[in-house]
Amino acid sequence: MRRLIFIAPVLVFVGLVVYFATPLLRGTDPSLIPSPLIDKPVPAFDLPPLPGYQKGLSSADLKGKVQIVNIFASWCVPCRAEAPALMALKGMNVTIRGIDQKDRPEDALEFLNELGDPYASIGMDIDRKVSIDWGAYGAPETFIVDAEGRIRYKQAAPITQEDIDDTILPLLKKLAAQ
Amino acid sequence: MRAALAVLFIAVGLAGSAVAVEPDEMLQDPAQEARAEAIGRQLRCPVCKTESIEESDADFTKDLRKVVREQIAAGKTDAQVLDFMHDRYGDFILLRPPFKPTTWALWLAPPALLVLGGIFAFFMTRRRPTTVDAAPLTPAEQAAVEALK
Repeated sequence: MRRLIFIAPVLVFVGLVVYFATPLLRGTDPSLIPSPLIDKPVPAFDLPPLPGYQKGLSSADLKGKVQIVNIFASWCVPCRAEAPALMALKGMNVTIRGIDQKDRPEDALEFLNELGDPYASIGMDIDRKVSIDWGAYGAPETFIVDAEGRIRYKQAAPITQEDIDDTILPLLKKLAAQ
Repeated sequence: MRAALAVLFIAVGLAGSAVAVEPDEMLQDPAQEARAEAIGRQLRCPVCKTESIEESDADFTKDLRKVVREQIAAGKTDAQVLDFMHDRYGDFILLRPPFKPTTWALWLAPPALLVLGGIFAFFMTRRRPTTVDAAPLTPAEQAAVEALK
């Protein structure tokens, strides 16, 4: 009984080490917030296009096939970093829709000119209302939407080639097969 | 001096944290503004995590405050505004998270630890022998004490 009292703190300590080490070793980022919108239909919205572009983006565009929705902005530095990854996805015939968050049209056009335009269409979310409806809290944020227009995956961090290979492509394939 | 310091610390504590709301964001009606502020204080800033949206200077959070105020001005109830945010950002956005299986540990750990610690302290203090009376001074020590007086 007396010995138990001395072993108990050691057991508690080991328990805490396991609890804290697991997410660290798995590489889970604690700053990412789980989204309650996963498996829910995309919010209803209708955003105007960039000047000179034909089409904006509305929730109606997100039905009929599996697509990626990417929230970006010209002022967002990590968006620059993920631009090549998005262009690579476009090269694989993946449809990417853009929501340009709180941007000036001229800045957005310059951004697309410089880094390429991977988007099938872009909606201008000047006041962030639609970003908030998507539960976004910054940029870039990337969503995968299935053919029924439901959000199936969210990544609130820039996309890397690793993300494409390990997560995005397998999920796109799986959803397309459904 | 100590009293003055204590008063100072209490005053600083009561002053609370800074508010990031700028005058042009505020609602005209003071009652509505007060409601918006009370709601904003219950909402956690998703960008900075450790502040409420009323305290955060993040650009994104400013737009969240704007949404809260627009909805208040449009006649929404406090619960409707909180639900709106909860639907989009989940439990994370609530600085006072709901009591449910995933948050049981969060809510119950502090009182449980207090009770366990109390039980532990109770037994530890009871087992220990009560204070030992100090040995009486030897005549030589007594003499030394007298000499100091």
